[in-house]
Amino acid sequence: MKLSKRIFAGLATASLAVTVTACGGSDSSGNFDDTVTVGILHSLSGTMAISESTLVDTEKMAIEEINAAGGVTVDGKSYKIEYIVEDGASDWPTFAEKSKKLIDQDGVPVVFGGWTSASRKAMLPVYESKDAFLYYPIQYEAQECSNNIFYTGATPNQQSEPATDFMYKRSPAAGGDFFLVGSDYVFPRTSNTITKAQVKQLGGKVVGEDYLPLGNTEVAPIISKIKVALPDGGIIVNTLNGDQNVAFFKQIQDAGITPSNGYYVMNYSIAEEEISTIGPEFLEGHYGAWNYMMSIDTPASKKFAKSFKKRWGSDRVVADPQESAYNMVYLWKQAVEDAGTFDDNAVREALVGQTFDAPQGPVEVMANHHLSQTVRIGEINSEGGFTILEETGVVEPQAWNQKHPSSKGYACDWTDPKKGEKYRM
Amino acid sequence: MQLILESLFNGVAIGSVLLVAALGLAIVFGLMGVINLAHGELMMLGAYSTYITQLIFKQVSFLKPFYDSYVIVAIGIAFLVSGTVGILLERTVIRRLYGSPLETLLATWGVSLILQQFVRSVPLAYASGLVIALFFGLFTPLFISDDLLHGAKGKLIRACTWGFSALLGVATGGVLSSLVSKLSRASARNVDVTAPSWMRGGIDFVGITFPKTRLLIILITLISVLVVIFFLDKTAWGMRIRAVTQNRPMSDCLGISTETVDIITFGIGSGLAGVAGVAVSLLGSVGPNVGGNYIVGCFMVVVLGGVGNLLGTILASFSIGIMTDLIGAGRLLTIWPDMPSPLYSTIDFFATTSMARVMIFALIVIFLQFKPTGMFPQKGRMVES
Repeated sequence: MKLSKRIFAGLATASLAVTVTACGGSDSSGNFDDTVTVGILHSLSGTMAISESTLVDTEKMAIEEINAAGGVTVDGKSYKIEYIVEDGASDWPTFAEKSKKLIDQDGVPVVFGGWTSASRKAMLPVYESKDAFLYYPIQYEAQECSNNIFYTGATPNQQSEPATDFMYKRSPAAGGDFFLVGSDYVFPRTSNTITKAQVKQLGGKVVGEDYLPLGNTEVAPIISKIKVALPDGGIIVNTLNGDQNVAFFKQIQDAGITPSNGYYVMNYSIAEEEISTIGPEFLEGHYGAWNYMMSIDTPASKKFAKSFKKRWGSDRVVADPQESAYNMVYLWKQAVEDAGTFDDNAVREALVGQTFDAPQGPVEVMANHHLSQTVRIGEINSEGGFTILEETGVVEPQAWNQKHPSSKGYACDWTDPKKGEKYRM
Repeated sequence: MQLILESLFNGVAIGSVLLVAALGLAIVFGLMGVINLAHGELMMLGAYSTYITQLIFKQVSFLKPFYDSYVIVAIGIAFLVSGTVGILLERTVIRRLYGSPLETLLATWGVSLILQQFVRSVPLAYASGLVIALFFGLFTPLFISDDLLHGAKGKLIRACTWGFSALLGVATGGVLSSLVSKLSRASARNVDVTAPSWMRGGIDFVGITFPKTRLLIILITLISVLVVIFFLDKTAWGMRIRAVTQNRPMSDCLGISTETVDIITFGIGSGLAGVAGVAVSLLGSVGPNVGGNYIVGCFMVVVLGGVGNLLGTILASFSIGIMTDLIGAGRLLTIWPDMPSPLYSTIDFFATTSMARVMIFALIVIFLQFKPTGMFPQKGRMVES
């Protein structure tokens, strides 16, 4: 059944019929008064499919859990959640097109979707013009605050800023020089602008930065530059994307850029899923910063990992983006129940202030449509997980970064009509 | 001195990846004039062959002691796998499109999409079974005496060999999927080839670290180039290939089976793509898109070197490699630190990987303006012109 579905999906994509629709959860028992259909929009084909399909799995699991616990209760009536999965096909205009389809044709009250910033930027005008609502689960560069998007991933001050602080003050390479490496697109460039400003504030020095064009895996020139800029070791901040990490880590190890030689890499895009692809033997001793790590030793975290493995296979892992996707489904459910209706505007109002006991710990929806969450710094170990070294308290999100020169002094608040998207604090 | 040596080594290392990837294309595009956009996907099949070989060596008990040498075995397997798929591609698609480059371009692009989706949707165990069935189906008739292959009996024998190959393929698929659980499920996830321990790390020599994988890739490239040159220049089939390249109708008249020459040429070109796949799998991860990243570079090298000229391809890839390192790593600034400031800031601007690519493309465009047929244009009258 599963296999034939997959083959079917493959055939469908190959013949450019990229719509793969699946409705699930039909076998769950229980009596519901009605059903509500939500939209799930991620890439199921193309380059991003590898990452985004894990989010689809997680969102399906969250929906199944909610249904098993009696569904969503609105106005005394219980609703069973059903979903329509659409394929964004790793193609940004397709994301916009499928969003229109979900909103206009299927009339879904909410869409859970997106991964890359490019796909979000493509979808944003659609949701704003139709006054619909998108839930976006990925850690990103911020510098955006839409009334029609709800961001459950980390903003830079909830990931890169505490990480830079850790690297400069408390890592084995403390006080060392920084070299910034990233893929050539908006997230690494924005994130590195923030890091540069922060390193300057801390009194450190960024001695070089370079960006690898997406799809390019020739890292030899970057390695030469790192060796010239950091001859005796130092801190490397890495925002490379997906596959490029594999090439980077394989080749820096061969070139002797390793923790034992005094080079420590802090990564913002490598979670448990990526560690298992790259191979822990290449990553051991380097660092990562996330809100959720699978090794968090709390009942909620263990339960999340266990249910995911039970649902999708014992070899699967959970990581930060998935946790974020899981939270957003629950937060939507809570907001709908509080609002007593599926109506977008009422749900939006009810959403701000919602709290949830997430696998990472308590999270709260803030007035700028982002989540306050905990930041963790971990060292990658030989088993392919993180050894958690540090944990901040709950950090409030900054939609407009306070270290980025273009957004310093600005904030976002959708609960106050006078403030809105961007106001001077 | 040390700086020049390091720069030279990096240039050669980058260039040899380009060269090994472009070598097959130099034959297919250069000699046969076929624009094969699926070349990158043939590389991808080579990379996946490396991955599968690695898993088999890891899992099967009697092969385990030889795990360290799996890369060498993988080179042979990758050559055969990509060569077989290439020959199938030639027989079914490209043969019908000789002389119409635009249609070939579109058709091979379609094939590349199919191959990409194929590795995403089909479990690798069964994909290998399919390749094995194809391999035996295509090649067994070559070992059966010609007399037996005529008439009704011949048809029966051919059908039997295909049936036998199909069974063998199914058996292989079954055995592989039960033996190695990782191969039994389809996955779009990128996989990783881990070099055996003797190939990890680097060799320190006169203060420079030479990464071992890079050295191995340079070696693979060198051997491939030498074998190709030897084959084309010294063997009978090599001579026939050159003859057909220069004048197809005349070679036909003189009794050369141009059809067989086409099969062999395309098969070798595709097989070399497989070898390139082994090389790139050592550098990065293996995924459905791995080949697509190299295809533009390959065409660039072949066009810059001069279509149909191996020496040109070799020189072109090394000059692109050395330029990439010189510009991208900002070497000029290190060599000559007190150059005039406008020049300094210009060079500094291009000293990033993205901008270095822009610069190199621009230089190639300028070069082709003056020498549109590349470094070493084909001399003499061609049949097509």
